[in-house]
Amino acid sequence: MVYENPDGVRIGLEVHVQLNKLNTKLFCGCSTNYHDSEPNTHTCPVCLGLPGSLPVINEKAVEFAIKIGLALNCSIVEQTQFHRKNYYYPDLPKGFQTTQYDYPIAGEGKVIIEGEDGEHEVGITRAHMEEDPGRLQHMGSIDRSKGTLINYNRSGMTLIEIVSEPDMRSPKEARRYLDKLRSILDYLDVFDGDLEGAMRVDANVSVHWGERVEVKNISSFKGAERALLYEIMRQKNHIRRGGEIVLETRHFDEARGVTISMRTKEEEHDYRYFPEPDLVPLRVADWVPKVRETLPELPDAKRERFMKEYGLGETHARALTTEIKLANFYEEVASKVDPKDAAVWVSDTLKGELNYRELTIDAFTVKDIVTVIELVTGNKITEQSAVEIIRTVLDDGGKPQEIVEKKGLLKVEDDIVAKAVEEAVAENPDAVADYLGGKEKSLNFLVGKVMQKTKGRADAREAREKVLAKLKE
Amino acid sequence: MITKEEVEHVGWLARIEIDAKESDAYAEKLNSVLGYFGQLDEVDTEGVEPTYHVADIVNVFRKDEVTGSMPQEEVLANTEHKQEGNFKSPKIM
Repeated sequence: MVYENPDGVRIGLEVHVQLNKLNTKLFCGCSTNYHDSEPNTHTCPVCLGLPGSLPVINEKAVEFAIKIGLALNCSIVEQTQFHRKNYYYPDLPKGFQTTQYDYPIAGEGKVIIEGEDGEHEVGITRAHMEEDPGRLQHMGSIDRSKGTLINYNRSGMTLIEIVSEPDMRSPKEARRYLDKLRSILDYLDVFDGDLEGAMRVDANVSVHWGERVEVKNISSFKGAERALLYEIMRQKNHIRRGGEIVLETRHFDEARGVTISMRTKEEEHDYRYFPEPDLVPLRVADWVPKVRETLPELPDAKRERFMKEYGLGETHARALTTEIKLANFYEEVASKVDPKDAAVWVSDTLKGELNYRELTIDAFTVKDIVTVIELVTGNKITEQSAVEIIRTVLDDGGKPQEIVEKKGLLKVEDDIVAKAVEEAVAENPDAVADYLGGKEKSLNFLVGKVMQKTKGRADAREAREKVLAKLKE
Repeated sequence: MITKEEVEHVGWLARIEIDAKESDAYAEKLNSVLGYFGQLDEVDTEGVEPTYHVADIVNVFRKDEVTGSMPQEEVLANTEHKQEGNFKSPKIM
């Protein structure tokens, strides 16, 4: 099946990734650990843009940038430098943003996503380094603002801007691309994606192969999908009514789920880039072999290996390798119990229960899930009981063994079940007669009686088989 | 040639108010500076790499080690426009 892309949709994304796992900012020694701090407590003359201050590049930030570039299959440039992008806005204390321009540290690359019609390649145009601006907070609503509060704690944080080709053909593919990017960055251990503002997205979108519109202010992946769905619909409607799509920037209003045209002053993009005289050029291509050695096994490779090494199907392998933490958890479990059982219990049951509670894999231990899997595969408890144990650990705490004892979840012995079956059949001759007369439903009634008599500790499927066997006698 | 309009535009980009009388004077001055660059342009630079820095050095780095920040009072010491630890600006869109 080939995806036809009936509306000629093309989406390109610019993703800003904040490298918040660095200890310090891009050009100064201010700590990056500002998220729960008072405003303007993580700043210094450099990130405040005070006269006479001199920026110096964080070596580790460059290493991380190269690492990201390599993971996205990008070429790494021979020599690069920083530029000043001049614009006057209070989130930049210097009046310019230090960024990269004509020689981004990472050039063309690609990412493979699960597209509308199978594997789909999204080209990476470039990835460059730049500093994060400060944070603005408008007092009151945006149109009736009484003023703006400025906090420069974020100012000077290292950003990597990853620019894609317009290769995505639907909001769903855009979402998949973002998920994939997040997954890769998690594997690289260069950022904590759960921190506020760790990944920010701008989108370029066009329909019918026409002019593109830029959508800004997207704050989440879900938001990206919604913004794109809305914007595609808006462009289609506009064209249907005889309108023409013009190159413009629109602002996504998350609360209302719409995009709004930003009143653009003429020549907003008059940035007057010029080389940053306070920073010397970087010649770091020779770092590549060393950085490449630090690259972990990435999601695609891990998925392939899980399928080969553990005999998993693609769905399980994919689900288990999206998050590095989950993948590591799974491998520990798989070293102790049958890998296929491990996949079912970790990927289907445990992950499901975690997602339902919006918890991560940190909320459960390898030891506990191994105990649960051993109990169920050793035929000591029913699958239902196993699920109940997992839920109880998550909701009330405790150890699986204790829960088994406290709740009396050990499966009853076969002879007790057999006795319950005999009783159930003997005590309900009408139901037996109904079943034998062709009323299938009566079987459920009898199985229910057996479960009642064993206080739910019999395996329902086994009980059913035993009742059936008894009825056939 | 830099026109009066371009001077005003550049002034707007830098949020500097330039009145009509000044813009003529600035245009003249900027054009004279550009004139010098015109002279430099006459030099044959075929095959010469552009120079961004007079000192021929590359790769000046800093270790990723925290060196500390300034106290909030000091950060805000140079402004009267502050509120709850923030700088405060007039409303912006």
